Amino acid sequence: MTTFWSLWITILTLVVIFGCFWLLRICNKNTTDVEEGESMGHSFDGIEEMNNPLPKWWSYMFYITIVFGLIYLALYPGLGNFKGLLGWTSSNQGIVSLAESKQAVIAAKEDGAYVQYDQEVAQADAKYGPIFQKYADTPLEELVKDPEALKVGGRLFLQNCAQCHGSDARGSKGFPNLTDSAWLYGGDLATIKTSIMNGRRGMMPPKGGLPIEDGEIKGLSEYVVKLSGRKHNEALAAQGQASFMKGCFACHGMDGTGNKLMGAPNLTDSAWLYGGNRMAIGQSITLGRMGVMPPWKDVLGEQKVHVISAYVYSLSHQDELNK
Amino acid sequence: MTHSQPTGADYNYTVVRQFALTTVLWGIVGMSIGVLIAAQLIWPQLNFETPWLTYSRLRPLHTNAVIFAFGTSALFATSYYVVQRTCQTRLFAPKLAAFSFWGWQAIILSAVFTLPLGITSGKEYAELEWPIDIAITIVWISYAIVFFGTIVKRTTSHIYVANWFFGAFIITVAVLHIVNSMAVPVSLFKSYSLYAGAVDAMVQWWYGHNAVGFLLTAGFLGMMYYFVPKQAGRPVYSYRLSIVHFWALIALYIWAGPHHLHYTALPDWTQSLGMVMSLILFAPSWGGMINGIMTLSGAWHKLRTDPVLRFLVVSLSFYGMSTFEGPMMAIKTVNALSHYTDWTVGHVHSGALGWVAMVSIGSLYHLIPVLYGHGRMYSTSLVNIHFWLATIGTVLYIVSMWISGVMQGLMWSAVNSDGTLTYSFVESLEASYPFYIVRFIGGCFFVTGMLLMAYNVFRTVKAPKDSLPSLSEAQA
Repeated sequence: MTTFWSLWITILTLVVIFGCFWLLRICNKNTTDVEEGESMGHSFDGIEEMNNPLPKWWSYMFYITIVFGLIYLALYPGLGNFKGLLGWTSSNQGIVSLAESKQAVIAAKEDGAYVQYDQEVAQADAKYGPIFQKYADTPLEELVKDPEALKVGGRLFLQNCAQCHGSDARGSKGFPNLTDSAWLYGGDLATIKTSIMNGRRGMMPPKGGLPIEDGEIKGLSEYVVKLSGRKHNEALAAQGQASFMKGCFACHGMDGTGNKLMGAPNLTDSAWLYGGNRMAIGQSITLGRMGVMPPWKDVLGEQKVHVISAYVYSLSHQDELNK
Repeated sequence: MTHSQPTGADYNYTVVRQFALTTVLWGIVGMSIGVLIAAQLIWPQLNFETPWLTYSRLRPLHTNAVIFAFGTSALFATSYYVVQRTCQTRLFAPKLAAFSFWGWQAIILSAVFTLPLGITSGKEYAELEWPIDIAITIVWISYAIVFFGTIVKRTTSHIYVANWFFGAFIITVAVLHIVNSMAVPVSLFKSYSLYAGAVDAMVQWWYGHNAVGFLLTAGFLGMMYYFVPKQAGRPVYSYRLSIVHFWALIALYIWAGPHHLHYTALPDWTQSLGMVMSLILFAPSWGGMINGIMTLSGAWHKLRTDPVLRFLVVSLSFYGMSTFEGPMMAIKTVNALSHYTDWTVGHVHSGALGWVAMVSIGSLYHLIPVLYGHGRMYSTSLVNIHFWLATIGTVLYIVSMWISGVMQGLMWSAVNSDGTLTYSFVESLEASYPFYIVRFIGGCFFVTGMLLMAYNVFRTVKAPKDSLPSLSEAQA
């Protein structure tokens, strides 16, 4: 901030605090021409006011808070640009990007400044870093057999993943169920970790971006119902199959089993991210769908993602792991 | 310096009566909505899958109704009454005073319609959209003209301390409202704040905290300074204490807003100033409580027989409690535990129910018989029952929120040996349910008391002349 505003803040602050101090001092003396304990002599609608002294304990309390306030403002930032004698800041101020933040951490360290957030992160890293380093050094195939690691992963999952995927990891509409065997991008350990690290963007354009008429949606939905092996209207499904051949197969495959490389869902199973009834299927085809899983590598770091990956894998492989 | 007392007929009581009665009405409405949303936190299905009955829309309706419909109507009623009685003159500009009543009611009604419809500027306690904001400004300026006009034409030589507080409240609320509501309209029902980011947050909480400081504290201290000495029949304890605590209170309060934004993107220096000023504010806040309670010295025995005085004294106790709690919560270390938890909600309600509502109720029980030419309320025992319902309701509310808030704060910061958080948010929510039920019950107590009050007020207003002599007259 400019010198003007810095002075503005400093002066106003000190005027208010010392003003209170001065007021308290003069009111502790009897400057009225009325004896203490007597009425001031005014009466308002019958209400009189006494000239009693201020309670001593109250005055002391007031003085103590003023002294505390002044000491605090000497030690900590508060008076405009004055940084305070302790050189303390809560965090690096005025940061707008991750890159800037990383630079500021280094700069603050070189200056010997006490940045509380940086200090706390460093302490946490020193304390908990070795635990996660040990996990990170363990291949995922072994980590999934470590019950302690799975517990840690479960807690990280509850804190960071449950908001979308649910506390029980069974997902909800638009958010995949992680406990079943249906995987959009693949359910092996390495792929799960890639999905968490880099995130995923699933995109189905309206009508697959194909020249499909609104009139064809009903048949197409019926065909998708047929693909998943449910009771269906054969004639309607046949119409739908023709529409399917206009290009849906490019992503979902000729047999409708999908394509994990691009995250195109398998239409032949019973897992439906956006609902599996005819209406929901029709809606997905007509309007398209857009799903985003954010990347976590910069938020949690690879070590923690590593442990979460093991936990997520364990959710759908209970039988295998319990053997 | 005593003055001849004009008789009641000389004063303009019409507008006072109107505001006094609407205070009771809006109190019931606002608090009932509060009970409904408290119930929704336990049984979410109570929104009946209807958009305008959802928590998100009813919560601002609750806060607006209790602060601006109930609380502010009480302030209008008492300030118009007190300024006349203590200046010993009729209200200035009676037509403007009438306009302030009808204008304010129109604003309240517009809030009742727009907030459930989801029309909001999204600023807490300032949700009403820009056309209503302009209407508020106009009505508020009328209020200021009537109030200060009456002060100017007073027949007493001094201005009584109650009027200092009312005056500070009226001026500051005008400034707060105008600055915080500055917005760019994009349509009749939508506008965007003139400020952005951390500045917007700071302006919002400068407004928000001083709505508490000047409307809910200074305004109601004005009420206290008339009705406590009047009901107790005792002189105000210390004129000098009034001077120190008034000037210190208004000088410090205006700085306290940043304590709502501890540990946010607000710069460190602003957070420090907010904390320091909030802490120094502790003593001046207590000045009002001391002056009120010490006014009772020599009249403590009256508490045994006078439930109205009991309302006023207990309100001062809650005031003292919450103005001790506030500065403590403004300390950053304490705030690290309390912030975003139910503790904050409990703190607000110890002020809102314990102080604001109880002092208003006590003052109304004094005021309504006077306005309708009676010596007392229709039923003193109903006033007494109301007192206990209100006290128990408030205690249930704040104690449950204290426990729940501290529990939430501890759960959120509990860490395992591997550095991961011990509890997920949902687990803390689940643990809060029992306290939500206690809070709901407390709210039911409080609203029940208000319903008794409405009945008692109705019977008092309708009572035949001379049928309700004051207790001392009856004994004599």
